Amino acid sequence: MTSTTRRRLARTTAATAAAALALAGCSLGGGDDGGAAADGTGSSTGGGRLTVVTHDSFHLSQDLLDQFEADTGYQLEMVAPGDGGALVNQLILTADSPLGDVVYGIDNSFAARAIDAGVLEPYTSEKLPASAEQYAADDSGSLTPVDMGDVCLNVDHRWFAEKGVPEPTTLEDLTEPAYKDLLVVTNPATSSPGLSFLLATVGAFGEDGWQQYWKDLKANGVKVVEGWSDAYYVDFSGSEGAGPRPIVLSYASSPAAEVPEGGGEPRTGAMLDTCFRQVEYAGVIAGGQNEAGAHAFIDFLLSPEVQADIPGQMYMYPVDDTVELPAAWAEHAPLAEHPFTVDPATINAHREDWIATWSDIVTG
Amino acid sequence: MVRRLGWALATAVPLVFLGVFFAWPVLAIVGRGFVSDGALDLSAFADVFTRSRTWRIVGLTLAQASLGTALSVLLGLPGAYVLYRCRFRGRALVRAFVTVPFVLPSVVVGVAFRALLAEGGPLGFLGLDGTFAAIVAALVFFNYALVVRIVGGMWQRLDPRAEEAARALGASPARAFRTVTLPALAPAIASAASMVFLFCATAFGVVLVLGGIRFGTIETEIWIQTTQFLDLRAAAVLSVVQLVVVAAALALAGRSRRRQERALRLRTDADTGHRLTLVARRGGGLRPGPDALPAALTAAVVVGLLGLPLAGLVVRSFRTPDGGWGLANYVNLGTTGGDNALTVTVWEATENSLRTAVDATVMAVVVGTLVALVVSRRPRRRAARRAVNLFDALFMLPLGVSAVTVGFGFLITLNRPPLDLRTSAVLVPIAQAVVAVPMVVRTVLPVLRAIDPRLREAAATLRASPGRVLATVDGPFLVRALGLAIGFAFAVSLGEFGATSFLARPDRPTLPVVIFRLIGRPGAENYGMAMAAAVLLAVLTATVMGVAERLRTKEATEW
Repeated sequence: MTSTTRRRLARTTAATAAAALALAGCSLGGGDDGGAAADGTGSSTGGGRLTVVTHDSFHLSQDLLDQFEADTGYQLEMVAPGDGGALVNQLILTADSPLGDVVYGIDNSFAARAIDAGVLEPYTSEKLPASAEQYAADDSGSLTPVDMGDVCLNVDHRWFAEKGVPEPTTLEDLTEPAYKDLLVVTNPATSSPGLSFLLATVGAFGEDGWQQYWKDLKANGVKVVEGWSDAYYVDFSGSEGAGPRPIVLSYASSPAAEVPEGGGEPRTGAMLDTCFRQVEYAGVIAGGQNEAGAHAFIDFLLSPEVQADIPGQMYMYPVDDTVELPAAWAEHAPLAEHPFTVDPATINAHREDWIATWSDIVTG
Repeated sequence: MVRRLGWALATAVPLVFLGVFFAWPVLAIVGRGFVSDGALDLSAFADVFTRSRTWRIVGLTLAQASLGTALSVLLGLPGAYVLYRCRFRGRALVRAFVTVPFVLPSVVVGVAFRALLAEGGPLGFLGLDGTFAAIVAALVFFNYALVVRIVGGMWQRLDPRAEEAARALGASPARAFRTVTLPALAPAIASAASMVFLFCATAFGVVLVLGGIRFGTIETEIWIQTTQFLDLRAAAVLSVVQLVVVAAALALAGRSRRRQERALRLRTDADTGHRLTLVARRGGGLRPGPDALPAALTAAVVVGLLGLPLAGLVVRSFRTPDGGWGLANYVNLGTTGGDNALTVTVWEATENSLRTAVDATVMAVVVGTLVALVVSRRPRRRAARRAVNLFDALFMLPLGVSAVTVGFGFLITLNRPPLDLRTSAVLVPIAQAVVAVPMVVRTVLPVLRAIDPRLREAAATLRASPGRVLATVDGPFLVRALGLAIGFAFAVSLGEFGATSFLARPDRPTLPVVIFRLIGRPGAENYGMAMAAAVLLAVLTATVMGVAERLRTKEATEW
């Protein structure tokens, strides 16, 4: 190799290194607090930092969160490490060194696990609306209900109108020959609406009867896929309109999102006699660094402003029934009048058994 | 002395990195599964192994990974030949295109595949929805590029004279390929195959989406046991099983690689190859030329297997929320989605992704190059050689361990000062770098190993300092292999979802994270945006890979 090529090599190497460093510098330096966050939850006591642990669908209007920071002086830091089930499991795993100060997003299918594991500090907010008391997870006040919603089967109105088949309305209808091969649901082991629907059938047919119902569903051609998005967008004939199946597992609020731009009737509707009521809770994390801040945040979640913000941001209904719903919801997304429910403690005692039994029935 | 210190440092830096950000978290979480009430409890093994489900899952994992690897290699070899040894118009574009699937979020690929295969879809008549075949096809879809690029990168630099000599001596093209070219490519093939195997054996999202409830793998089972059931005992046993499978695969690949490895005549300039010859004029008529078969195979894979699902994605991205056609979904990328599905706009998420990818790439390239340099040395002492091989295998492990295990491990280890990183933004690029390091090593190493050690010895006898030996002998090869390594590391980081979704802070999501979020919300607007964002990610990746290639050829002409 000649000295010229060596010099070139040196030059190229230097240039590459410089470019890499410049890029890295711009990248790390450009982050607002990439380095500052490294001290994490440890400093919650000092600077008035409040760490909120949520599920990965948490979302509120930014100006409300800004207002909370301005009113209370706390600096919010959000951590969202997974869906509802993963969230509870992480709280339990990290009990010695908590992930944050306050948690939002535990639902009634995992509530008892969190309470039993002792990762929550009871707190009863003065702001708790009277209409929310019915949703309490237990008597200790470990969890504060914040919002709720119904997981329901949805139908494609157009499909049934075109085929001249009456729409099904109850769970029992789905085992009728007229509805063979029309239903797609999700796996309770991997999807939270799937688990809710399994619980709906437990609520409807009892701990002894639900297995037979699923055997009948299977015989009638129920299709099971893994995730909500794949059921709704691939297998369902409504919404994006590509799939062949006109009945899908979704939410009572889904039809509101299907109202065509410019108004009119949504293409889909919820079967309100097939719903499982899901309640989402907030709680103070035991051993957190900022208990006062945690209380303030829970009060904030129950404030009329946040309650009114929830439908538009998280597709759930406020627990405060005095708060007005968005117009499209009031019209197209009513809640079920008699949703199925199962006691959280019973769910906790049987969740894994039920899922295993379900797998045997449906895959076997 | 200085030399010793240099190598010690080159060994220590990667080891510390791997130790802190991989081994410690993984051991901590797996350890929890085996300790109950302060005492070691291995009864979980018996529990898990007496379940018939476990054996079924292990079998499925092996079958799926072996088939996926075999097909990726079989189809990837002609691809490597056509895209790296033949010249034709649009080659650079095709090269960039084949890498796109590698980085697409599995939830998008799953939906794209299922849209094609589901009853009522364009390929619904094949009846592949929810079958084992669909999973294997998707695995090949993801990993084809790995084989094409790693093998192609080596092939491109092989000195063609050896094969030409064989041909001149009367060997048929097939024979010359089998006896001369294939053995020379073997280390690169083994390198690519071992990586594809690891990616297939630990594929998660796409197996879940396409396989449904019947086709669980060890990886999906660990995920369910950990995140849904909190059965750490079962998860720990399964993690150990996965490690055993991975270690065995690595040992096997390493052995076959080492047996094949030898110094090759490599060219420092990338050979631009010969003109693609599809037809030959012989006698009066036209016959298929020598490149016709590989070209046809490659075209079939690129158009059929890679093109169809991607085309479905692109087409869908132009369908507007009101059912017409247009750019509305792309315009919406500047918003936070219908009903504010996101906390930031897709463009902001893209910026986060790019920043993160730069950090992850720098880390991965520094650590990966150090590893490759150390491993490329063949010490005389047997024990030292063993140590080098072990060192090599260690850095492949991150590809073989479940993202959930690593993520949960981070939660319970990096949680106290001085290393409280759980909510820190730097954890995301670090986690991505851990995954990208094996890519860098496997891309750079085959090239470094093929350098004739006599070159280094000669340089050393001429009293060149170790640094100078490195710069003059390894340097030119290294720089060129680095183009590809940087491209891959960047692509891995852009597309990484498992660890990222676990660690990304809600206010700073990456592109795959926002795609996942958009696709998980009802409303035509959000779905359309998810498709447009996926196309954006695909274009970004293709551009990055294209630029990485271009950098390389430009340097090559300069030398």
